[in-house]
Amino acid sequence: MLKKQKLSLIHPSEITPENIYRERREFIKNLTVGISSTALLTISNKSISAINTLPNFNQSKKNNNEKISSLKDITSYNNYYEFGTSKSDPSKYANKLKTDPWSISIEGELEKSITLSIDNLIKIAPLEERIYRLRCVEGWSMVIPWIGIPLNALLKKVLPNNNAKFVEFVSLKRPSEMIGQKDDILDWPYTEGLRIDEAMHPLAILAVGLYGKVLPNQNGAPVRLVVPWKYGFKSIKAITKINLVEKMPITTWMKANPKEYGFYANVNPEVDHPRWSQASERRVGESLLAPRLKTRMFNDYAEEVGSMYQNIDLKKYF
Amino acid sequence: MKINQAYLKRILFILSLWPILSITIDIFQDNLGANPVEFIERHFGKWTLIFLCLTLSMTPLRRLTKISWWILYRRMLGLFVFFYASIHLLCYIGLDYHFAWNAIKNDIIKHRYVLVGFLAWLLLIPLALTSSKRMIQKLKTNWKKLHKIIYLIAILGVLHFLWLVKKDITEPLIFAAIISLLFVLRIKFSKSKNH
Repeated sequence: MLKKQKLSLIHPSEITPENIYRERREFIKNLTVGISSTALLTISNKSISAINTLPNFNQSKKNNNEKISSLKDITSYNNYYEFGTSKSDPSKYANKLKTDPWSISIEGELEKSITLSIDNLIKIAPLEERIYRLRCVEGWSMVIPWIGIPLNALLKKVLPNNNAKFVEFVSLKRPSEMIGQKDDILDWPYTEGLRIDEAMHPLAILAVGLYGKVLPNQNGAPVRLVVPWKYGFKSIKAITKINLVEKMPITTWMKANPKEYGFYANVNPEVDHPRWSQASERRVGESLLAPRLKTRMFNDYAEEVGSMYQNIDLKKYF
Repeated sequence: MKINQAYLKRILFILSLWPILSITIDIFQDNLGANPVEFIERHFGKWTLIFLCLTLSMTPLRRLTKISWWILYRRMLGLFVFFYASIHLLCYIGLDYHFAWNAIKNDIIKHRYVLVGFLAWLLLIPLALTSSKRMIQKLKTNWKKLHKIIYLIAILGVLHFLWLVKKDITEPLIFAAIISLLFVLRIKFSKSKNH
Protein backbone atom coordinates (compact mmCIF):
# COMPACT_ATOMS: atom_id res chain seq x y z
CA MET A 1 0.00 0.00 0.00
CA LEU A 2 2.61 2.50 1.09
CA LYS A 3 4.94 1.60 -1.73
CA LYS A 4 2.16 2.25 -4.19
CA GLN A 5 1.50 5.65 -2.72
CA LYS A 6 5.03 6.72 -3.24
CA LEU A 7 4.89 5.98 -6.92
CA SER A 8 3.26 9.28 -7.70
CA LEU A 9 5.63 11.33 -5.63
CA ILE A 10 7.98 12.72 -8.19
CA HIS A 11 11.54 12.68 -7.00
CA PRO A 12 12.74 16.30 -6.91
CA SER A 13 16.03 15.68 -8.66
CA GLU A 14 14.16 14.13 -11.53
CA ILE A 15 12.33 17.31 -12.39
CA THR A 16 14.28 20.25 -11.11
CA PRO A 17 17.36 21.11 -13.11
CA GLU A 18 20.39 19.95 -11.16
CA ASN A 19 21.91 23.38 -10.58
CA ILE A 20 18.68 24.89 -9.30
CA TYR A 21 18.12 21.88 -7.11
CA ARG A 22 21.57 22.27 -5.54
CA GLU A 23 21.08 25.98 -5.09
CA ARG A 24 17.87 25.21 -3.31
CA ARG A 25 19.57 22.80 -0.96
CA GLU A 26 22.13 25.51 -0.22
CA PHE A 27 19.30 27.91 0.42
CA ILE A 28 17.71 25.60 2.92
CA LYS A 29 20.98 25.37 4.82
CA ASN A 30 20.92 29.14 5.10
CA LEU A 31 17.30 29.20 6.09
CA THR A 32 17.87 29.61 9.83
CA VAL A 33 19.20 33.10 9.34
CA GLY A 34 16.46 34.08 6.91
CA ILE A 35 13.70 32.86 9.12
CA SER A 36 14.84 34.46 12.34
CA SER A 37 15.35 37.79 10.61
CA THR A 38 11.92 37.85 9.02
CA ALA A 39 10.39 36.38 12.17
CA LEU A 40 7.71 34.79 10.06
CA LEU A 41 7.93 31.48 11.71
CA THR A 42 10.43 29.96 14.00
CA ILE A 43 11.61 26.51 13.14
CA SER A 44 14.25 24.95 15.33
CA ASN A 45 17.56 23.81 13.88
CA LYS A 46 16.39 20.28 14.23
CA SER A 47 13.39 20.95 12.01
CA ILE A 48 15.58 22.61 9.41
CA SER A 49 17.63 19.48 9.13
CA ALA A 50 14.38 17.62 8.80
CA ILE A 51 13.57 19.73 5.74
CA ASN A 52 17.08 19.25 4.50
CA THR A 53 17.14 15.49 4.61
CA LEU A 54 14.33 14.38 2.39
CA PRO A 55 12.99 10.91 2.82
CA ASN A 56 14.00 8.52 0.09
CA PHE A 57 11.20 8.46 -2.41
CA ASN A 58 10.90 5.65 -4.85
CA GLN A 59 11.40 6.57 -8.46
CA SER A 60 8.27 8.02 -9.97
CA LYS A 61 6.76 6.95 -13.28
CA LYS A 62 9.50 7.05 -15.88
CA ASN A 63 7.48 8.95 -18.46
CA ASN A 64 6.79 11.70 -16.01
CA ASN A 65 8.59 14.79 -17.22
CA GLU A 66 6.54 17.43 -15.49
CA LYS A 67 8.30 20.66 -14.71
CA ILE A 68 7.91 22.25 -11.29
CA SER A 69 6.17 25.61 -11.57
CA SER A 70 8.35 28.62 -10.86
CA LEU A 71 8.36 30.19 -7.41
CA LYS A 72 7.21 33.42 -9.02
CA ASP A 73 4.14 31.78 -10.57
CA ILE A 74 3.31 29.84 -7.41
CA THR A 75 3.50 32.99 -5.29
CA SER A 76 1.86 35.52 -7.64
CA TYR A 77 -1.09 33.63 -9.13
CA ASN A 78 -3.29 32.71 -6.20
CA ASN A 79 -6.93 32.20 -5.37
CA TYR A 80 -7.18 33.40 -1.79
CA TYR A 81 -10.31 35.51 -1.48
CA GLU A 82 -9.39 36.55 2.08
CA PHE A 83 -7.02 38.98 0.38
CA GLY A 84 -9.10 39.87 -2.67
CA THR A 85 -10.64 38.13 -5.64
CA SER A 86 -8.00 38.94 -8.24
CA LYS A 87 -5.21 36.40 -8.74
CA SER A 88 -2.63 39.09 -7.98
CA ASP A 89 -4.30 40.37 -4.79
CA PRO A 90 -2.90 37.76 -2.35
CA SER A 91 0.71 38.52 -3.30
CA LYS A 92 -0.01 42.23 -2.80
CA TYR A 93 -1.92 42.12 0.47
CA ALA A 94 -1.10 38.89 2.30
CA ASN A 95 2.04 40.35 3.89
CA LYS A 96 -0.27 42.17 6.31
CA LEU A 97 -1.18 38.92 7.98
CA LYS A 98 0.65 38.13 11.21
CA THR A 99 1.29 34.41 11.36
CA ASP A 100 3.25 34.46 14.58
CA PRO A 101 1.97 33.67 17.15
CA TRP A 102 -0.38 31.04 15.76
CA SER A 103 -2.27 28.17 17.24
CA ILE A 104 -4.34 25.35 15.84
CA SER A 105 -6.92 23.65 17.98
CA ILE A 106 -7.90 20.07 17.30
CA GLU A 107 -11.24 19.23 18.85
CA GLY A 108 -14.51 17.35 18.51
CA GLU A 109 -14.88 13.58 18.44
CA LEU A 110 -11.52 12.61 19.92
CA GLU A 111 -9.88 11.50 23.12
CA LYS A 112 -8.42 14.82 24.13
CA SER A 113 -8.63 18.23 22.49
CA ILE A 114 -5.30 19.92 22.01
CA THR A 115 -3.99 23.27 20.87
CA LEU A 116 -0.72 23.33 18.99
CA SER A 117 1.73 26.01 17.96
CA ILE A 118 3.37 25.63 14.57
CA ASP A 119 6.57 24.63 16.37
CA ASN A 120 4.78 21.78 18.07
CA LEU A 121 2.90 20.78 14.96
CA ILE A 122 6.00 20.20 12.88
CA LYS A 123 7.52 18.08 15.61
CA ILE A 124 4.77 15.53 15.21
CA ALA A 125 6.38 13.98 12.15
CA PRO A 126 9.52 14.58 10.08
CA LEU A 127 8.99 17.26 7.48
CA GLU A 128 8.90 15.93 3.96
CA GLU A 129 9.03 17.53 0.56
CA ARG A 130 6.11 16.46 -1.60
CA ILE A 131 5.91 17.50 -5.21
CA TYR A 132 2.25 17.55 -6.16
CA ARG A 133 0.16 18.69 -9.05
CA LEU A 134 -2.41 21.29 -8.03
CA ARG A 135 -5.50 21.46 -10.24
CA CYS A 136 -7.81 24.46 -9.81
CA VAL A 137 -11.53 24.08 -10.51
CA GLU A 138 -11.12 26.99 -12.95
CA GLY A 139 -9.12 24.80 -15.32
CA TRP A 140 -5.49 25.65 -14.61
CA SER A 141 -2.82 23.68 -12.82
CA MET A 142 0.66 23.91 -11.32
CA VAL A 143 3.30 21.57 -9.91
CA ILE A 144 4.32 22.62 -6.42
CA PRO A 145 7.11 21.35 -4.14
CA TRP A 146 5.41 21.47 -0.76
CA ILE A 147 7.03 20.79 2.58
CA GLY A 148 4.90 19.45 5.36
CA ILE A 149 3.78 16.54 7.47
CA PRO A 150 1.17 13.91 6.68
CA LEU A 151 -2.21 14.92 8.06
CA ASN A 152 -2.69 11.40 9.38
CA ALA A 153 0.29 11.81 11.69
CA LEU A 154 -1.59 14.53 13.52
CA LEU A 155 -4.91 12.70 13.46
CA LYS A 156 -3.38 9.48 14.81
CA LYS A 157 -1.94 11.47 17.68
CA VAL A 158 -5.27 12.91 18.84
CA LEU A 159 -7.02 9.52 18.79
CA PRO A 160 -10.35 10.12 17.01
CA ASN A 161 -13.28 8.16 18.44
CA ASN A 162 -15.81 6.11 16.47
CA ASN A 163 -18.07 9.11 15.89
CA ALA A 164 -15.37 10.91 13.97
CA LYS A 165 -16.64 10.37 10.42
CA PHE A 166 -15.54 13.69 8.93
CA VAL A 167 -12.88 16.30 9.52
CA GLU A 168 -13.81 19.97 9.37
CA PHE A 169 -11.11 22.58 8.81
CA VAL A 170 -11.60 26.22 9.72
CA SER A 171 -9.44 29.07 8.50
CA LEU A 172 -8.70 32.39 10.13
CA LYS A 173 -11.18 35.26 10.29
CA ARG A 174 -9.33 38.50 10.90
CA PRO A 175 -10.64 41.26 8.59
CA SER A 176 -8.14 43.77 9.97
CA GLU A 177 -5.35 41.79 8.34
CA MET A 178 -7.29 39.87 5.71
CA ILE A 179 -8.69 42.77 3.77
CA GLY A 180 -10.75 40.65 1.42
CA GLN A 181 -12.87 39.65 4.41
CA LYS A 182 -14.26 43.17 4.54
CA ASP A 183 -16.46 42.06 1.63
CA ASP A 184 -19.04 39.36 2.14
CA ILE A 185 -17.92 37.55 -1.00
CA LEU A 186 -17.89 34.32 0.99
CA ASP A 187 -19.16 33.35 4.42
CA TRP A 188 -16.05 33.85 6.59
CA PRO A 189 -14.20 32.07 8.06
CA TYR A 190 -13.44 29.77 5.12
CA THR A 191 -14.39 26.22 6.00
CA GLU A 192 -13.52 22.94 4.35
CA GLY A 193 -13.91 19.27 5.07
CA LEU A 194 -12.79 15.75 4.29
CA ARG A 195 -14.18 12.32 4.97
CA ILE A 196 -12.12 10.69 7.72
CA ASP A 197 -10.62 8.11 5.36
CA GLU A 198 -9.63 10.88 2.95
CA ALA A 199 -8.03 12.80 5.80
CA MET A 200 -6.14 9.68 6.86
CA HIS A 201 -4.84 9.08 3.34
CA PRO A 202 -1.04 9.33 3.17
CA LEU A 203 -1.19 11.79 0.27
CA ALA A 204 -3.03 14.41 2.36
CA ILE A 205 -0.54 16.72 4.05
CA LEU A 206 -0.41 19.80 6.21
CA ALA A 207 2.08 22.06 4.43
CA VAL A 208 4.24 24.62 6.19
CA GLY A 209 6.65 25.35 3.38
CA LEU A 210 7.28 25.32 -0.34
CA TYR A 211 10.34 25.45 -2.55
CA GLY A 212 12.51 24.74 0.47
CA LYS A 213 11.27 27.83 2.27
CA VAL A 214 8.71 28.75 4.88
CA LEU A 215 5.27 28.95 3.30
CA PRO A 216 4.64 32.46 1.91
CA ASN A 217 1.53 34.15 3.30
CA GLN A 218 -0.24 34.16 -0.07
CA ASN A 219 0.08 30.39 -0.21
CA GLY A 220 -1.61 29.84 3.12
CA ALA A 221 0.94 30.44 5.86
CA PRO A 222 1.56 29.31 8.46
CA VAL A 223 -0.14 26.01 7.73
CA ARG A 224 -2.45 24.75 5.00
CA LEU A 225 -3.99 21.56 3.83
CA VAL A 226 -2.90 19.94 0.55
CA VAL A 227 -5.13 17.23 -0.92
CA PRO A 228 -3.70 16.83 -4.42
CA TRP A 229 -6.46 14.66 -5.91
CA LYS A 230 -9.10 17.31 -5.22
CA TYR A 231 -9.66 20.74 -6.77
CA GLY A 232 -7.52 23.43 -5.21
CA PHE A 233 -10.26 25.08 -3.17
CA LYS A 234 -10.40 21.99 -0.91
CA SER A 235 -6.85 22.70 0.24
CA ILE A 236 -7.76 25.27 2.88
CA LYS A 237 -5.19 27.85 3.93
CA ALA A 238 -4.23 29.44 7.26
CA ILE A 239 -5.85 26.72 9.35
CA THR A 240 -6.82 27.60 12.92
CA LYS A 241 -9.14 24.73 13.81
CA ILE A 242 -9.46 21.07 12.94
CA ASN A 243 -12.74 19.64 14.12
CA LEU A 244 -13.54 15.92 14.09
CA VAL A 245 -17.26 15.58 13.47
CA GLU A 246 -19.93 12.97 12.85
CA LYS A 247 -21.91 14.77 10.13
CA MET A 248 -20.64 15.97 6.78
CA PRO A 249 -19.60 19.60 7.25
CA ILE A 250 -21.06 22.25 4.96
CA THR A 251 -18.09 23.87 3.31
CA THR A 252 -17.79 27.52 2.31
CA TRP A 253 -18.16 26.90 -1.43
CA MET A 254 -21.08 24.51 -0.90
CA LYS A 255 -22.81 27.32 0.98
CA ALA A 256 -21.91 29.86 -1.68
CA ASN A 257 -23.15 27.78 -4.60
CA PRO A 258 -24.42 24.27 -3.82
CA LYS A 259 -25.20 23.53 -7.47
CA GLU A 260 -21.62 24.12 -8.54
CA TYR A 261 -19.52 22.95 -5.62
CA GLY A 262 -19.94 19.63 -3.91
CA PHE A 263 -18.35 18.24 -0.78
CA TYR A 264 -16.04 15.84 -2.59
CA ALA A 265 -14.64 18.08 -5.36
CA ASN A 266 -12.45 15.29 -6.68
CA VAL A 267 -10.62 16.20 -9.88
CA ASN A 268 -12.72 14.46 -12.51
CA PRO A 269 -12.45 15.14 -16.25
CA GLU A 270 -15.76 13.37 -16.84
CA VAL A 271 -17.88 15.57 -14.60
CA ASP A 272 -18.03 19.09 -15.94
CA HIS A 273 -18.41 22.14 -13.78
CA PRO A 274 -21.40 24.18 -15.02
CA ARG A 275 -19.02 26.96 -16.03
CA TRP A 276 -15.82 25.27 -17.00
CA SER A 277 -14.98 22.13 -18.89
CA GLN A 278 -12.96 19.86 -16.66
CA ALA A 279 -11.71 17.71 -19.52
CA SER A 280 -8.53 19.69 -19.96
CA GLU A 281 -6.39 22.20 -18.12
CA ARG A 282 -3.87 24.89 -18.76
CA ARG A 283 -0.51 24.42 -17.03
CA VAL A 284 0.50 27.71 -15.46
CA GLY A 285 3.86 29.11 -16.52
CA GLU A 286 3.87 27.43 -19.90
CA SER A 287 4.50 29.50 -22.99
CA LEU A 288 1.76 31.33 -24.80
CA LEU A 289 1.69 28.66 -27.49
CA ALA A 290 1.59 25.62 -25.21
CA PRO A 291 -1.43 23.36 -25.67
CA ARG A 292 -3.86 22.44 -22.91
CA LEU A 293 -3.17 19.23 -21.01
CA LYS A 294 -5.67 16.44 -20.60
CA THR A 295 -7.01 16.39 -17.07
CA ARG A 296 -6.57 13.00 -15.42
CA MET A 297 -8.94 11.23 -13.07
CA PHE A 298 -8.22 12.25 -9.47
CA ASN A 299 -5.52 14.54 -10.86
CA ASP A 300 -3.55 11.43 -11.84
CA TYR A 301 -3.57 10.07 -8.31
CA ALA A 302 -6.25 7.50 -9.17
CA GLU A 303 -3.94 4.60 -8.41
CA GLU A 304 -3.53 5.82 -4.86
CA VAL A 305 -6.96 7.22 -4.01
CA GLY A 306 -9.38 5.55 -6.44
CA SER A 307 -10.30 2.74 -4.08
CA MET A 308 -11.89 5.20 -1.63
CA TYR A 309 -14.55 6.07 -4.19
CA GLN A 310 -15.34 2.70 -5.69
CA ASN A 311 -18.83 2.55 -4.29
CA ILE A 312 -20.07 6.04 -4.89
CA ASP A 313 -21.55 7.73 -7.93
CA LEU A 314 -19.04 10.47 -8.68
CA LYS A 315 -21.53 12.28 -10.92
CA LYS A 316 -23.87 12.67 -7.98
CA TYR A 317 -21.23 13.24 -5.34
CA PHE A 318 -19.15 15.76 -7.29
CA MET B 1 -14.74 71.90 -39.79
CA LYS B 2 -14.93 69.01 -42.22
CA ILE B 3 -11.17 68.62 -42.36
CA ASN B 4 -11.06 68.58 -38.59
CA GLN B 5 -13.53 65.73 -38.55
CA ALA B 6 -11.39 63.67 -40.87
CA TYR B 7 -8.35 64.26 -38.68
CA LEU B 8 -10.27 63.48 -35.52
CA LYS B 9 -11.47 60.27 -37.05
CA ARG B 10 -7.93 59.26 -37.91
CA ILE B 11 -6.75 60.06 -34.40
CA LEU B 12 -9.64 58.08 -32.97
CA PHE B 13 -8.76 55.18 -35.26
CA ILE B 14 -5.18 55.15 -34.01
CA LEU B 15 -6.31 55.46 -30.39
CA SER B 16 -8.65 52.54 -30.95
CA LEU B 17 -5.64 50.36 -31.68
CA TRP B 18 -4.41 50.89 -28.13
CA PRO B 19 -5.49 47.39 -26.95
CA ILE B 20 -3.23 45.87 -29.62
CA LEU B 21 -0.31 48.10 -28.69
CA SER B 22 -0.69 47.59 -24.94
CA ILE B 23 -0.84 43.79 -25.21
CA THR B 24 2.19 43.83 -27.50
CA ILE B 25 4.12 45.79 -24.88
CA ASP B 26 2.96 43.34 -22.21
CA ILE B 27 4.09 40.38 -24.31
CA PHE B 28 7.54 41.84 -24.89
CA GLN B 29 7.97 42.89 -21.27
CA ASP B 30 6.83 39.48 -20.08
CA ASN B 31 3.96 41.06 -18.17
CA LEU B 32 1.34 38.46 -18.92
CA GLY B 33 1.72 36.70 -15.59
CA ALA B 34 1.42 33.03 -14.80
CA ASN B 35 -1.46 32.34 -17.16
CA PRO B 36 -0.69 34.29 -20.36
CA VAL B 37 -3.45 32.78 -22.47
CA GLU B 38 -6.13 33.71 -19.95
CA PHE B 39 -4.58 37.17 -19.67
CA ILE B 40 -4.83 37.80 -23.41
CA GLU B 41 -8.34 36.36 -23.67
CA ARG B 42 -9.56 38.58 -20.84
CA HIS B 43 -7.77 41.59 -22.29
CA PHE B 44 -9.59 41.41 -25.61
CA GLY B 45 -12.85 40.39 -23.95
CA LYS B 46 -12.84 43.49 -21.79
CA TRP B 47 -11.88 45.76 -24.66
CA THR B 48 -14.73 44.35 -26.73
CA LEU B 49 -17.15 45.37 -23.98
CA ILE B 50 -15.52 48.78 -23.65
CA PHE B 51 -15.90 49.45 -27.38
CA LEU B 52 -19.47 48.21 -27.20
CA CYS B 53 -20.19 50.79 -24.50
CA LEU B 54 -18.43 53.50 -26.54
CA THR B 55 -20.46 52.61 -29.64
CA LEU B 56 -23.71 52.68 -27.72
CA SER B 57 -22.89 56.04 -26.17
CA MET B 58 -22.53 57.95 -29.45
CA THR B 59 -26.27 58.48 -30.00
CA PRO B 60 -26.98 59.55 -26.40
CA LEU B 61 -23.97 61.88 -26.56
CA ARG B 62 -25.35 63.48 -29.71
CA ARG B 63 -28.65 64.12 -27.98
CA LEU B 64 -27.09 65.29 -24.73
CA THR B 65 -24.56 67.66 -26.26
CA LYS B 66 -26.73 68.57 -29.25
CA ILE B 67 -23.60 68.10 -31.36
CA SER B 68 -24.26 65.85 -34.31
CA TRP B 69 -20.77 64.71 -35.25
CA TRP B 70 -20.57 62.04 -32.56
CA ILE B 71 -22.55 59.87 -34.89
CA LEU B 72 -19.76 59.98 -37.47
CA TYR B 73 -17.65 57.76 -35.22
CA ARG B 74 -20.32 55.24 -34.42
CA ARG B 75 -19.70 52.95 -37.36
CA MET B 76 -15.95 52.87 -36.82
CA LEU B 77 -16.33 52.11 -33.13
CA GLY B 78 -18.90 49.45 -33.94
CA LEU B 79 -16.49 47.80 -36.34
CA PHE B 80 -13.86 47.83 -33.61
CA VAL B 81 -16.33 45.91 -31.43
CA PHE B 82 -16.46 43.24 -34.11
CA PHE B 83 -12.70 43.40 -34.56
CA TYR B 84 -11.88 42.87 -30.90
CA ALA B 85 -14.63 40.30 -30.41
CA SER B 86 -13.11 38.35 -33.31
CA ILE B 87 -9.61 38.52 -31.82
CA HIS B 88 -11.06 37.44 -28.48
CA LEU B 89 -12.74 34.46 -30.16
CA LEU B 90 -9.61 33.62 -32.14
CA CYS B 91 -7.55 33.62 -28.94
CA TYR B 92 -10.02 31.17 -27.43
CA ILE B 93 -10.09 28.90 -30.48
CA GLY B 94 -6.43 29.11 -31.42
CA LEU B 95 -4.34 29.98 -28.37
CA ASP B 96 -6.47 28.29 -25.73
CA TYR B 97 -7.85 25.28 -27.58
CA HIS B 98 -5.35 24.90 -30.44
CA PHE B 99 -8.22 24.46 -32.91
CA ALA B 100 -9.46 21.30 -31.19
CA TRP B 101 -12.88 21.68 -32.79
CA ASN B 102 -14.53 18.86 -30.94
CA ALA B 103 -13.51 20.20 -27.54
CA ILE B 104 -14.59 23.69 -28.62
CA LYS B 105 -17.96 22.43 -29.80
CA ASN B 106 -18.51 20.68 -26.46
CA ASP B 107 -17.46 23.78 -24.57
CA ILE B 108 -19.94 25.91 -26.48
CA ILE B 109 -22.83 23.48 -26.05
CA LYS B 110 -22.23 22.66 -22.41
CA HIS B 111 -21.35 26.01 -20.89
CA ARG B 112 -23.80 28.83 -21.02
CA TYR B 113 -21.23 31.58 -20.71
CA VAL B 114 -19.41 30.30 -23.78
CA LEU B 115 -22.67 29.86 -25.64
CA VAL B 116 -23.91 33.43 -25.10
CA GLY B 117 -20.50 34.82 -25.96
CA PHE B 118 -20.43 32.86 -29.19
CA LEU B 119 -24.00 33.93 -30.01
CA ALA B 120 -23.07 37.55 -29.45
CA TRP B 121 -20.20 37.22 -31.90
CA LEU B 122 -22.43 35.51 -34.49
CA LEU B 123 -24.94 38.36 -34.21
CA LEU B 124 -22.18 40.90 -34.79
CA ILE B 125 -21.48 39.44 -38.24
CA PRO B 126 -24.61 40.75 -40.03
CA LEU B 127 -24.07 44.15 -38.42
CA ALA B 128 -20.49 44.32 -39.64
CA LEU B 129 -21.49 43.15 -43.12
CA THR B 130 -24.19 45.80 -43.45
CA SER B 131 -22.16 48.68 -42.06
CA SER B 132 -21.22 50.22 -45.40
CA LYS B 133 -22.97 53.28 -46.79
CA ARG B 134 -24.17 51.25 -49.71
CA MET B 135 -25.83 48.70 -47.45
CA ILE B 136 -27.45 51.44 -45.40
CA GLN B 137 -29.00 52.90 -48.55
CA LYS B 138 -29.98 49.51 -49.84
CA LEU B 139 -31.68 48.31 -46.67
CA LYS B 140 -33.34 51.66 -45.87
CA THR B 141 -35.66 51.29 -42.85
CA ASN B 142 -34.73 47.65 -42.45
CA TRP B 143 -31.19 48.72 -41.65
CA LYS B 144 -32.33 50.44 -38.47
CA LYS B 145 -34.36 47.44 -37.48
CA LEU B 146 -31.46 45.08 -38.12
CA HIS B 147 -29.00 47.16 -36.17
CA LYS B 148 -31.24 47.15 -33.11
CA ILE B 149 -29.68 43.71 -32.55
CA ILE B 150 -26.81 45.60 -30.91
CA TYR B 151 -28.93 45.85 -27.75
CA LEU B 152 -29.28 42.10 -27.63
CA ILE B 153 -25.56 41.73 -28.30
CA ALA B 154 -24.79 44.06 -25.40
CA ILE B 155 -26.94 41.99 -23.04
CA LEU B 156 -25.36 38.74 -24.22
CA GLY B 157 -21.89 40.24 -23.87
CA VAL B 158 -22.47 41.23 -20.27
CA LEU B 159 -24.06 37.84 -19.49
CA HIS B 160 -21.00 36.18 -21.03
CA PHE B 161 -18.80 38.00 -18.51
CA LEU B 162 -21.21 37.62 -15.58
CA TRP B 163 -21.57 33.86 -15.99
CA LEU B 164 -17.85 33.36 -16.32
CA VAL B 165 -17.03 34.97 -12.98
CA LYS B 166 -16.92 32.63 -10.00
CA LYS B 167 -18.04 34.91 -7.22
CA ASP B 168 -16.90 38.51 -7.39
CA ILE B 169 -19.25 40.02 -9.96
CA THR B 170 -18.14 43.65 -9.52
CA GLU B 171 -16.61 44.06 -12.97
CA PRO B 172 -19.49 42.53 -14.95
CA LEU B 173 -21.88 44.64 -12.89
CA ILE B 174 -20.01 47.82 -13.85
CA PHE B 175 -20.53 46.97 -17.52
CA ALA B 176 -24.15 46.06 -16.81
CA ALA B 177 -24.67 49.43 -15.09
CA ILE B 178 -23.11 51.42 -17.95
CA ILE B 179 -25.13 49.60 -20.58
CA SER B 180 -28.34 49.95 -18.55
CA LEU B 181 -27.71 53.68 -18.23
CA LEU B 182 -27.20 53.96 -21.98
CA PHE B 183 -30.43 52.03 -22.57
CA VAL B 184 -32.36 54.30 -20.20
CA LEU B 185 -31.01 57.39 -21.96
CA ARG B 186 -32.10 56.04 -25.32
CA ILE B 187 -35.58 55.22 -24.09
CA LYS B 188 -35.84 58.68 -22.59
CA PHE B 189 -34.73 60.36 -25.80
CA SER B 190 -36.96 58.30 -28.03
CA LYS B 191 -39.91 59.17 -25.79
CA SER B 192 -39.16 62.88 -25.79
CA LYS B 193 -38.86 62.74 -29.57
CA ASN B 194 -42.36 61.37 -29.85
CA HIS B 195 -43.85 64.17 -27.75
